[in-house]
Amino acid sequence: MSISIAEVTESAKSALLAIAGANELSDLKSVKIEHLGDKSPLSKASQALGKIAAEEKAAFGKVVGSAKAEVSAAYEARLKVLEAERDSRVLIEERVDVTLPASNIPKGGLHPLTILTNEISDLFIGLGYRVAEGPELEAEWLNFDALNIPADHPARTMQDTFFIEPLDSKLVLRTHTSPVQIRTMLENNPPIYVICPGRTYRADELDATHTPVFSQVEGLVIDRGITMADLKGTLDYFAQSIFGPDVKTRLRPSFFPFTEPSAEVDFFFNGRWIEWGGCGMVNPKVLEVCGIDTTEFTGFAFGMGLERTLMVRHGITDMHDIVEGDTRFTRSFGLGIK
Amino acid sequence: MKIPLSWIREFVEVPTDISLEVLENAFVNVGFEVEEIVVTGVDLTGPLVVAKVDSIEELTGNKKPIRYVGLDCGGGKIRFVICGATNFSVGDLVVAALPGAVLPGDFAISARETYGKTSNGMICSSRELGLSDEHAGIIVLPADCAKPGIDAISLLEINDVVIDAAVNPDRGYALSIRGLARELAASLGLKYKDPVKSVDCAKFKINNNGIQLTIEDGSAVSVAYIRTISGFDAKAVTPIWLSRRIEKCGMRSISLAVDITNYVMLELGQPLHAFDATKISGSLVMRRAGESSKLKTLDGQDRKLDKEDLVVADKSNPLALAGVMGGASSEVTDLTTSIALEAARFDPITIAKSSRRHKLSSEASRRLERGVDPSLAEISSARAIDLMIELGGANYVGSSKAGEPRFAPIVSFDPNFVSKYLGTKVTLAEIEEKLVVVGCDVSKKSVSEWLIDPPSWRADLILAPDLVEEVARMIGYDRIPSTLPTGKAGAGLSAAQYRKRSVANYLASNGFAEVYNSPFVNPTFVADLGFTGDRAKSFKLANPMSEEFPELRTHLLPGLLLTAVRNQGRGASDIAIFEIGSVFRNTEKLSSPGSISVTQVPDNQSREAIYKSVPNQPLHLAAVVAGKLASDSWHTKGVNFTWVEAIGFAKSIVENTGNISSTVASDFAPWHPGRCAEIQVDGKPVGHAGELHPRVISLLGLPERSCAFVVVLSALPIVESKRSNALITMPPAIQDISLMVTENVSASSVESALREGAGELLESITLFDRYSKVGEGKISLAFTLVFRAADRTLTADEVSKYRESAMASAAKKCGAVLRS
Repeated sequence: MSISIAEVTESAKSALLAIAGANELSDLKSVKIEHLGDKSPLSKASQALGKIAAEEKAAFGKVVGSAKAEVSAAYEARLKVLEAERDSRVLIEERVDVTLPASNIPKGGLHPLTILTNEISDLFIGLGYRVAEGPELEAEWLNFDALNIPADHPARTMQDTFFIEPLDSKLVLRTHTSPVQIRTMLENNPPIYVICPGRTYRADELDATHTPVFSQVEGLVIDRGITMADLKGTLDYFAQSIFGPDVKTRLRPSFFPFTEPSAEVDFFFNGRWIEWGGCGMVNPKVLEVCGIDTTEFTGFAFGMGLERTLMVRHGITDMHDIVEGDTRFTRSFGLGIK
Repeated sequence: MKIPLSWIREFVEVPTDISLEVLENAFVNVGFEVEEIVVTGVDLTGPLVVAKVDSIEELTGNKKPIRYVGLDCGGGKIRFVICGATNFSVGDLVVAALPGAVLPGDFAISARETYGKTSNGMICSSRELGLSDEHAGIIVLPADCAKPGIDAISLLEINDVVIDAAVNPDRGYALSIRGLARELAASLGLKYKDPVKSVDCAKFKINNNGIQLTIEDGSAVSVAYIRTISGFDAKAVTPIWLSRRIEKCGMRSISLAVDITNYVMLELGQPLHAFDATKISGSLVMRRAGESSKLKTLDGQDRKLDKEDLVVADKSNPLALAGVMGGASSEVTDLTTSIALEAARFDPITIAKSSRRHKLSSEASRRLERGVDPSLAEISSARAIDLMIELGGANYVGSSKAGEPRFAPIVSFDPNFVSKYLGTKVTLAEIEEKLVVVGCDVSKKSVSEWLIDPPSWRADLILAPDLVEEVARMIGYDRIPSTLPTGKAGAGLSAAQYRKRSVANYLASNGFAEVYNSPFVNPTFVADLGFTGDRAKSFKLANPMSEEFPELRTHLLPGLLLTAVRNQGRGASDIAIFEIGSVFRNTEKLSSPGSISVTQVPDNQSREAIYKSVPNQPLHLAAVVAGKLASDSWHTKGVNFTWVEAIGFAKSIVENTGNISSTVASDFAPWHPGRCAEIQVDGKPVGHAGELHPRVISLLGLPERSCAFVVVLSALPIVESKRSNALITMPPAIQDISLMVTENVSASSVESALREGAGELLESITLFDRYSKVGEGKISLAFTLVFRAADRTLTADEVSKYRESAMASAAKKCGAVLRS
């Protein structure tokens, strides 16, 4: 026998000492190789077990096993201690100034008109509406005639409408999104529930509150038994969704060729009544031109300017900010700040 | 329309203590927006008195004429004032503000030294008193209208309330005291006295005396009256009460005859025209102007008449542009003693067309193009003749009538429809009451059928909803409750709408700022950017806002580039902007839809004709990037935006829609001809991306190497979301291949050759290195190929077989050799 029990005990003792004396992880690693590695006395003792006589094997094996277990346990314990020490030291040493500018990727943003359009579309989709769209360069018949706006109505004159050359083409830049309502009614059978957001054009000079290129959202409902109370309720829902749950609306008698009765809708916001848009029950003349049976169906429509809605809600005082494409304006709305 | 409350009170007993708020709401509630309510005279305090000019001393040696005027202000003493006006003589009655008076604009009057004299007050003009804009001279009152010393504030009825009510186009009748008084009375529940009731038309019989009238075109005028007077006192002055009412309505007092026509128009709503009867040769006819007619109108303009213009003509010449403006040749002057007065119910569209053709909107045309009560031609002309006789001492000669008034038909109406349509209970009694208040005659055939005879001034009451509106505005729109209807489930964004949102979100999340540009462009600028052919063929506006931007955009980039320049001008150094919008290319053959019915649903052919007259308007997305994608920081050096990122973003947008993109080289403007990629889906172009042309960059002063990309969103196929099979969990086999090709061989062609050769188990292929300094006109391209099978782990032999096959394909198609 090449290794005695006494030697094993001695090796274990010196291994324990070395482990206790290791103050760095690198020292402990060397200690591990020396005292627990393949060539360490304890490993050699284990390897020698096979060669000893059976009657001694049990006793010797017991000594070697417990010595190894004790050393291994001491090693693991020491490793934990040293690792913990290292970790806490590293956390301190590796500390950075997290207040430094973090990302140099520039901030983008959606234009608030897009955000508002999405928001309005979503809240009407929730009521079972579809979002209907149509061309901006539109046939006069769809923009005017079908809406009961006769050829000599002031709205058709050169002051308000952009006409396309040659005038024969009968093309205009749509003055409202109402031609989308007409297209929808011509192509679909009621019930119809649509919201029509989009770009519209009127020959107004650009100033703090006007722009020749603006955006509208219109709503159209055609169904059995639709009443003016339904119109009022829908406008209440719309206004309260956009301006706050306590917002009140009021209807005032007005005139539009395509609705009868017609109304202006105002909402009460920040202590005053603000004009919002026009609305009314769809004129039976319009329904008939669109092939809708007026003995069975009635409907309402409403329309408002998105720029105005935006200006009121966000306290934007100058239209120029909305139309000039200054990225500082867009970025201030992020991906959808309401 | 501006209306003085004092005039309204003649027909409605408005409570004396009515508040402005109640007054305003009374109009608003029945559909008349109130632009303004002005309490007149609040900024004026006396003493303001009538004074008689006693003496005038012209002071010389000043830059302008100055008079030292002696005034008799009552009380026997003469008061002297300095005056710069010269439109008065000794003996005239004027209005004098005495020391202590305060005129509008906080103008305090006191005795003061000026031009070497003491001025003890001031002779006032209309403007100085806030009565009108008239300031050509001081006010000269009608002779003997009042004694010197009388309070001028009450004489001139300065203290009043003037309401400016907006009148919607369907309510032409309300462009009158008569109409608005009726509305106010109805709104406040007050008694109303119709002014026409006190006019006695029977006094002025139709006969053969005086100027006679015929109507040649009955489609343009239904009924018309010409009434002739003689012996009118051309020197007669308009009484104060009449001129002041006209002034309060915003019109000027001109002469008694003209003032009377305007007064009656304001009161009743019927425009009237006075001709000097002696300037008419023969009788009058209302006819179309016909070819090459001319007329000098009252505003001094020589007008070439359109053949469709309606004129009032004598046997030789047109004398008036009917319903719009009179002619100079037959104008009533201060010598006129014989007057032919015209009142007619013209066709609104005829008048509207003339008015627009001649860009001439008058008080008369504004009313006539909205439709005037057909019964008023007779009544208003009688009323005016009455006043001319009373105030101008005229004698009645005779009247001529042509045509007959046409009234709106009787409407059959189910009163139960009101509650059904409004969604609130309105009793039959209420409905009847309200219809009567607005002037309808109601006769009840049964509980579900009433016959409604609309009043003569309401030609617009034709259908049941028209009557519902009348009831609704009279009971008040606030009676209408709030209910919320909903459509069927299953609605939502279309696939195209949904992906438009996703794309915008993607770019905004990656540092791009969205903008909306005006679609109006300057064709020279578009050409300067290099757009030619179909890509520059635009639609021209017939009436652009400015001659600088007369066309519609055919591309988003011109607008975006200018916005980039604007941002740069405001100090932005790194710019990443995008826009999603329609473009307008005039490349299809469009045909005019022709005339389509407006009373019935168009048939399929007409519908097609309408749709085909409208050009296709593709939805584009475009972006301009200049400067840095990521800016320099304490941490890393920034990354410049290059053509690589531009193409990358464009491809990502396409791929995010579920489409597979490929690229080929392109030389489209405004890109750099060697650095522009055409993005394709299924071999068809869907966009372009790359570096901008250096010429464009220097033209705009943008940072060097600025880039742009465009994706035609409407050209991207809608990809149905695929129900994917379960994911393959077998391990991938990864192979790198490094190849050498001649430098004119494109990376994409090598990639497709490898893809073709690699076989079905190829999962992905990525170029990870490109080395251009190999020499001898060669470049090196290195790819990673990933293979995977669904059912097994691929063996090394199998994978190397696919690799060899890919390699062979690249060798054959691109002349690639393995780089050793």
